[in-house]
Amino acid sequence: MHKSELQKLSTEEIQRYSRHLILPEVGMEGQKKLKAASVLLIGAGGLGSPLAMYLAAAGVGRIGLVDFDVIELSNLQRQVIHSSKNVGRSKLKSAKDFLHGLNPEVQVEAYEKRFTSENALTIAANYDLIIDGTDNFPTRYLVNDVAVLLHKPNVYGSIFRFEGQASVFWADQGPCYRCLYPEPPPPGLVPSCAEGGVLGVLPGIIGTIQANEAIKLILGIGEPLFGRLLLFDALGMHFREMKLRKNPDCPICGLQPTIHQLIDYEAFCGLPKKDESKMNEKIPEITATELARKLKEEEIFLLDVREPHEFKLCKIPGATLIPLQQLQDRLGEIEGAKPIVAYCRTGVRSAKAVAFLHGAGFTSTQNLRGGIHAWADEVDPSVPKY
Amino acid sequence: MAIIILPSALRSFAGQQAQVEVAGSNVGEALAGLAQRFPELRRHIFTEQGKLRNFVNVFVGDEDIRYLQNQSTAVRANEVISIVPAVAGGK
Repeated sequence: MHKSELQKLSTEEIQRYSRHLILPEVGMEGQKKLKAASVLLIGAGGLGSPLAMYLAAAGVGRIGLVDFDVIELSNLQRQVIHSSKNVGRSKLKSAKDFLHGLNPEVQVEAYEKRFTSENALTIAANYDLIIDGTDNFPTRYLVNDVAVLLHKPNVYGSIFRFEGQASVFWADQGPCYRCLYPEPPPPGLVPSCAEGGVLGVLPGIIGTIQANEAIKLILGIGEPLFGRLLLFDALGMHFREMKLRKNPDCPICGLQPTIHQLIDYEAFCGLPKKDESKMNEKIPEITATELARKLKEEEIFLLDVREPHEFKLCKIPGATLIPLQQLQDRLGEIEGAKPIVAYCRTGVRSAKAVAFLHGAGFTSTQNLRGGIHAWADEVDPSVPKY
Repeated sequence: MAIIILPSALRSFAGQQAQVEVAGSNVGEALAGLAQRFPELRRHIFTEQGKLRNFVNVFVGDEDIRYLQNQSTAVRANEVISIVPAVAGGK
C-alpha cells in the first residue's frame, strides 16, 4: 500500500486544495500523494524562496530546509519569502514563519547548518526527493552525490545574471549533474551572483520551474526534465532545451564508478580549507580605519578594481578605476612610486589584484580588508553598501 | 557561417553580444574563429593546452558534441552552436 493511501484530507484541506482536486491529473489521490511526500530543499534564498512557497502552498506534507544564513537587505530584491522587518534574522526562522502562515498543514523541518559531507546523507535519507537551491559549486556537487548515493531525484536549478538552467537529475533514470559537468570551474574564473549580479525575477522563474518538476515527480504525472537541460534567457526571452546523456565514464553513476562515498567538496572544487587566516596570510592587508589615517598623512595610489557601474554607485575619494579584468593591460596607469592600496566591494577581487600586482613587481601593494563595505562601516557611513 | 550563442557569463568578453556569426566547417574551427576575434574569451573556453574546458559544454543544435565527434563535429550553414558553462548561482 502506498503511504499516501493512509492520508486523509480534512474538510478544510479539501477547500484549500479544491483547484487541485478538480484537476483529474491530481484529484484526491494526487493530493494525498503530496500530503504524504517529503522534500528536502537545500538553500532558502533566491531559488529556495519560490520553491518553499509553492511546495507549501501545494500541500507537500513535509518540507526540510537547510540554510545557515542571516537575511541581508540586499537579499530582498529576489528572496521574496523574507521581508524587511526580518533583516538580520535567520533565514530559516523567517521562512518557517512565512510557510506556517501560508499553510499551517505543512510540517517544516529546519536544519540551521551548513550542508556538509558529514551530515548530508543523514539529513537527506529522511526525504523522498532533494532540491538544489544552493549558490556554490562545492555544495552542488555534494547535493548531486548525495542524491546519487541515496537513489533519489535531484531537482536542479541554477542562475546567473539573466540566465538560468534547470533539470531533473536521477541517476537511476538518466544522467546526473556530474554527467553534465564532470568538473567544476577553477575558483575565480566564474563570478558568483554576489560579484556578477542577478536579475531579481530570475530565481523566481527558475525556482518555480523546479517546484513544478518536484510536484510532477511526486504526482507521477507529465514528463519530468530527465535527460534534458532547460536553458532560460530572460533578456532574449528564450527557453531552449538541450539533450543530456548518461556519461558511461561518470565517476559516480557511470559503468565503473570510482566515487562510493562523499568526498571533500571544497578540495574537489580547488578551494583552500576553511582556514581563512591561512588563506589571507600571503595577501598584505590594511583596515579601512588605518587607510583613512594614512590617507591624511601620505600620498597613496588608491586602486578600485570593480566594474564601472559599481564605481558609479560609490567610491573612495581619489580612487583610480581599473577593473580587475583590465589590470594586466593597464599596468602603465599605476603610480608605482606611491604605496598602493587596492579595493573592491568586499575584498575578494582586490585580493586577486594584489596577488597579481605583487607578481608584477608592485610589492608595496596592500588589500583593503572588507572592501568598500568596511570603509562604509568604519569610516564613512554615507557610502552605500550594495 | 555558423551561429554561436554565448552565455551571459561570457558576453562581456565579446562586446556584450549574445550571438556571434563565425566561419568554420566544424565546431573546432568555429570556436577557434571566435577565440581569434575575442582573445579574452579564449581562456574561458580552452585550457592552456588548447583543450575545451571540462565545465564548458558545447552543443550543436541540442546535441552535446561529446556524444558526436567532439570538436570535429561538422556544422552546416546557420547551424547553432551553444556554449553552456556551469553556473552555480542560486541565492
